[in-house]
Amino acid sequence: MKDLFQELHEQHQAYLTRRHFVQKGLMGLGAMALGSLLGCGDQASNLSALKNPLIARAAQFAPKAKRIIFLHMAGAPSQLELFDFKPDLHKLDGQDCPDSFLEGKRFAFIEGVPKMLGPQTTFGRYGESGAYVSELFPHFKEVVDEVAFLKAVHTDEFNHAPAQLFMHTGFPRQGRPSMGAWVSYGLGSENANLPGFVVLVSGQSAPSAGKSAWGSGFLPSVYQGVQLRSQGDPVLNVSNPDGINRDIRKQAIETISQINQLQYQEVGDPEILSRISQYELAYRMQMTVPEAMDLSKEPAYIHELYGTQPGQTSFANNCLLARRLAERDVRFIQLFHRGWDSHGSNEFEALEGGFLKRCKEVDRPMMALIKDLKQRGLLDETLLIWGGEFGRTPMRENRGGKVAPFNGRDHHSEAFTMWMAGGGVKAGITYGETDEFGYFGIKDKVHVHDLQATILHQLGIHHEQLTYEFQGRRFRLTDVHGHVVHDILA
Amino acid sequence: MSRLLLMIFLISFLGMMGFVFWPSQADSIDFNTQIRPILNNNCLSCHGGVKKNGGLSMLFREEALLPTKSGKHAIVPFHPEQSELLHRIAHHDPEERMPPESDPLTQEQIHLLTKWIEQGAKWETHWAYQALNPQISLPEVSSSWIRTDLDRFVLESLQEEGLSPSEEADPLTLLRRVSLDLTGLPPSQKEVESFVAHPSPEAYEQAVDRLLASPHFGERWASMWMDLARYGDSQGYQKDPARNIWRWRDWVIHAFNEDMPFDQFTIEQIAGDLLEAPSDLQLLATAFHRNTMNNDEGGTDNEEFRVSAVIDRVNTTFEIWQGTTIGCVQCHSHPYDPFRHKEFYQLYAFFNNTADADRPDEFPTEFLMSPAQEAEVGEIISWIADHDSIPIDDLPGSLFADESVVWSHSPFNFAVSCDPCGGANGRLGDGFEYLRRISSGTQIRYSNLDLTAVDSLFVQYLGGNGSGRVDIRLDNPTAQVLRSLQLPPTNAWYGQSVLDWKEAGTAIPVQDGIHDLYLTFSNETNKGSVADFLGFYLQSSSAADAHQVRKKFLQLATVDAGKTPIMRELSPENSRTSRVFERGNWLVHGDTVYPNVPQVLNSFPTDFPANRLGLAKWLVHPENPLTARVIVNRFWEQMFGIGLVETLEDFGTQGEKPSHPDMLDWLASNFIHQQQWHVKHLLKEIVMSATYRQSSAVTADLLERDPANRWLARGPRIRLSAEQLRDQALASSGLLDTKVYGPSVMPSQPDGIWQVIRNVMKWTPSEGSSRYRRTLYTYWRRSSPYPTMMTFDAPSREFCVSRRVRTNTPLQALTTLNDSTFIEAAEALANRMQVEGGSTPSDQLKYGYYLTMNKAPSPEKAAILDQFYLQTIAHYSQQPEELEALLGSSSSASPEYASLINVANVILNLDEVITKE
Repeated sequence: MKDLFQELHEQHQAYLTRRHFVQKGLMGLGAMALGSLLGCGDQASNLSALKNPLIARAAQFAPKAKRIIFLHMAGAPSQLELFDFKPDLHKLDGQDCPDSFLEGKRFAFIEGVPKMLGPQTTFGRYGESGAYVSELFPHFKEVVDEVAFLKAVHTDEFNHAPAQLFMHTGFPRQGRPSMGAWVSYGLGSENANLPGFVVLVSGQSAPSAGKSAWGSGFLPSVYQGVQLRSQGDPVLNVSNPDGINRDIRKQAIETISQINQLQYQEVGDPEILSRISQYELAYRMQMTVPEAMDLSKEPAYIHELYGTQPGQTSFANNCLLARRLAERDVRFIQLFHRGWDSHGSNEFEALEGGFLKRCKEVDRPMMALIKDLKQRGLLDETLLIWGGEFGRTPMRENRGGKVAPFNGRDHHSEAFTMWMAGGGVKAGITYGETDEFGYFGIKDKVHVHDLQATILHQLGIHHEQLTYEFQGRRFRLTDVHGHVVHDILA
Repeated sequence: MSRLLLMIFLISFLGMMGFVFWPSQADSIDFNTQIRPILNNNCLSCHGGVKKNGGLSMLFREEALLPTKSGKHAIVPFHPEQSELLHRIAHHDPEERMPPESDPLTQEQIHLLTKWIEQGAKWETHWAYQALNPQISLPEVSSSWIRTDLDRFVLESLQEEGLSPSEEADPLTLLRRVSLDLTGLPPSQKEVESFVAHPSPEAYEQAVDRLLASPHFGERWASMWMDLARYGDSQGYQKDPARNIWRWRDWVIHAFNEDMPFDQFTIEQIAGDLLEAPSDLQLLATAFHRNTMNNDEGGTDNEEFRVSAVIDRVNTTFEIWQGTTIGCVQCHSHPYDPFRHKEFYQLYAFFNNTADADRPDEFPTEFLMSPAQEAEVGEIISWIADHDSIPIDDLPGSLFADESVVWSHSPFNFAVSCDPCGGANGRLGDGFEYLRRISSGTQIRYSNLDLTAVDSLFVQYLGGNGSGRVDIRLDNPTAQVLRSLQLPPTNAWYGQSVLDWKEAGTAIPVQDGIHDLYLTFSNETNKGSVADFLGFYLQSSSAADAHQVRKKFLQLATVDAGKTPIMRELSPENSRTSRVFERGNWLVHGDTVYPNVPQVLNSFPTDFPANRLGLAKWLVHPENPLTARVIVNRFWEQMFGIGLVETLEDFGTQGEKPSHPDMLDWLASNFIHQQQWHVKHLLKEIVMSATYRQSSAVTADLLERDPANRWLARGPRIRLSAEQLRDQALASSGLLDTKVYGPSVMPSQPDGIWQVIRNVMKWTPSEGSSRYRRTLYTYWRRSSPYPTMMTFDAPSREFCVSRRVRTNTPLQALTTLNDSTFIEAAEALANRMQVEGGSTPSDQLKYGYYLTMNKAPSPEKAAILDQFYLQTIAHYSQQPEELEALLGSSSSASPEYASLINVANVILNLDEVITKE
């Protein structure tokens, strides 16, 4: 029998070697993007990486997920009306908030001593996992056994824009790369004919953090998310001008390439060959992008499943688009659906108003996306993440010290619910727990940086090693924090 | 045998080996080339400025010689056998051996470290921190290839590498290259013709001199400087509202055009306000450091963002002038370079004493009108002087908005006794002030007014808060109201990008003689602020041209000349104390610090003031080892596509080494001493060299030997920048508006680009030729910059970025193929081809190529274009609906024109066109 100690030693050596390789490899990527490795090392491969910064690259270790679909509920839905069932909160309904919740806390709008607000809906337990789901999600409850609920997620920020930036860039202010940009930088794109990082926006308007939520920060701008727009060109300039059809465009690109070939023969600059291939790629994208965005050819049962109507800008359409992009190997698919900011200050921002509409808008598509990915065998390799940028308070908002006209809750950074599905995450579990009022996480808390570390981990990236040197410092998505939440991984 | 004895034995054995195998290195060890790389790559990440594992740091000699936590000394000079470092790197046990979890150091490395300690373990200053040698001798090489001294350095390295220079590029390629490099524009047709018509050895130099004197020279170099200065027309952060700072861009363009010496350029931007009796323009120059972001979001802590702006000023200053990544010293000492944590805050102290404080109004600001507007103001002022008795000189001259006395006047001056007047007053230009946000009940008195023949009164105002009212009284503040004037709400308050001054008027009974007038503002619904009050105007039928002057004045008042944020030092009694932020946390204060510069650099002269002015003068002091090297390298990189030091932003030990160290120092030293900091002289030196003039064609062999062209055996061949690319398309097609200077413009941009941000501002496409102004004038909103700029690798300008990483992507192809500006350019180019290009299609195609490349296409290329033309003309002849889709149904809609548009579009997408060759 092989000596156990020896085996352990060998494993350790293998690990160290791989880690060394990976670390150098990733640093190399950064250096290549800057072109600073030129003149040393393997010039040919450096040159090719310079030519195509989006070329697909191997992960550091075997990934569990090939791609990400992040469903961001911008404005932050109330966990207390959706997943975090707190019957005890009923009992306190209308009573003054205990001091312990208020001491040393800052709120966006709550002033003085607010009243507690009981759950505004009823809950049931569903599936074999017996997960709590609100009656507001009658469709989603069908798929709870595919989902891992994180009940005690917490963040550092309690205003929308900073918290959204924090969720997507790991930092509350502009200037840092978004998660999708980091992933594109680290792994490139699997589909040469589509962007590797796309953004789909629905709801009230774009998220308050704006484009920085999918920006490339200090990374080269080639890594920024490409917003696929539902009005006008889905990708800027992807359509030919009126009167220049695809045949003419093809001839034009052939003409350009022929002359570029001659130029290459004359001056020998390999950049010209790269340019020729980029033009050909552009031509293919003109076909693949509109094709990927065209929902009209989806069969009726799929439209019924999602509740989609081609031509609309809706969360349902974007979920179906997300599946189509996932099928086409787009690496990072970021959805935003805005309109969850239920303060109670007007009907739109009310738990008995706009909130109910938002629930209806997302319920069926969320269910459909999970089922559809599963029936196509894509769920295992696609990691879905759902959630807002923070949660809502168990207290009723009392902006200006007054009773709000509608029921609403203020921003809450201490604990909120997110869920993940597919992509190597345990199915049908609930992780983390909040106190009896849903105020603080009391068990298995997950910080936003932990979530980010976990997402990168599922893609085969060690979050501490995906770095980029800027202003003299190596930056990473998780700053100097973050732990992979191994307990939720299958 | 004890471990120690074993090690001593081993080391002496290694020493002997060294003697045998590396006899030459028995000579003195060079720290920078032989030791520093070993320490940087293997030791400093754990034993440097950030981590001091085991109590050891090897960044500074004095630290490295201290006893470590274990009590042992890592390094004992002259005593390798007592130096724990050597024991640990050669340790037989991988658990004990340094560096951990890595391959052991090579025997050669261990030998070098041993010899180095034996020789006393001397640290040496990193090359970039060593003083410039003002007398670098020129390499002794000779060749007929050499045109300027610069070429000698290049040739020497080429010979060392066994390479030889390329032949000179053909004259027209060279003309295009140097035009794009010096002015960012291709040569005009006229310039090309004159260049071709008068071939002479001097023709190139004459072209260079003409380009250096061009007003477009400043525009091209302002583009570079705007990336460094993180210029934007918006304030950044969440709302990212408008910022009025384009006058600073004009200042930069002008400074480059005037060839302002770079030392002065530096001093005025960093500390123009601290110069003696600064001029308006010197104050304007300081807007450079007001390009930091400003956070207007509710609930944010102004102090936090003020601090963040000051930190950015330190980082930006050190990146631009010192090529030093000082940012990491914010939290801890530099991991690799000799900068200490405390030194960051000593630099911070230079910048921590300005009056700006992340206020929404961007205070302090300077009011400036354009030269043309100022001329108009002058005309109006002299009109007033002719028509009014109050001397202009009595008006306050201060530029600043926080004066306690509020003045206001109109074409007829009036002194104001205004109570209460909340907030700051406004100012439109020399001598034109007005009241901002006056509250309900404010009364304004106008004294000693000759009302003879006056029959009406007009008030010029802005106000968005419901209807206000002005009551007019005669001679007594409590007299009966003579007349009342309603002030209907206007569209805008001051501070928005479009001003919308309105006028309301009433007839008043004629009063002969001298009187006082009292104007009382009120608003029933909003007592906080009634209006912005520009002034009032009295009209009498006798002043014939009054109406015209008034009209002009109102026009002037609607110009968004605006307030440019500038730097202003706090007075001594209000100055701030600067403290170290522990671990970079601005809320955790450490020791108090005072302005000073890092020890490793030239010392701060005692006769320099300890403020920004002193710092600026220190930066351009001839003894500063970095500024000239770093700046010369920046200009070099713009021409050659890669710096002599590739890492423009980092001249520290983690940056790249210079490819031609002596040439860099020679250029830098010349820049200071011979060229007296004149950028035009420096650039001429470069472009006149044989090195610059080489053909950029490359053989497979040379490409393999030197893929990035570090050794300069060929000329630069680089894709144009976003600005050059768009400007060239506009220039070749004849669309370009060559106007220099002025506010930012909004060329066409696809709909919906700005919708993503909160609806604070709207993209309103500029009218007329403004859409075709040079790209550097395009409105820059940090949260959503112009898409073409972003697609072609521009940074967002939230922070200083030294280098644009050049990428090559399909989105770039889609932009130059389909973006509306490039399509318009193709249409205009096609029109020129048709109208000016001769009678045959073939001639017209050649002409199109000539307009963009300044030369005829090769016969093969011309044939390919002809072929495409034939394909398209067949297409449009057979498919009239396509023709109509492209051109509409106008009379000029011919298949020929449609085909030319397609050919022009192809030409504008050729690699040779989008590349500087």
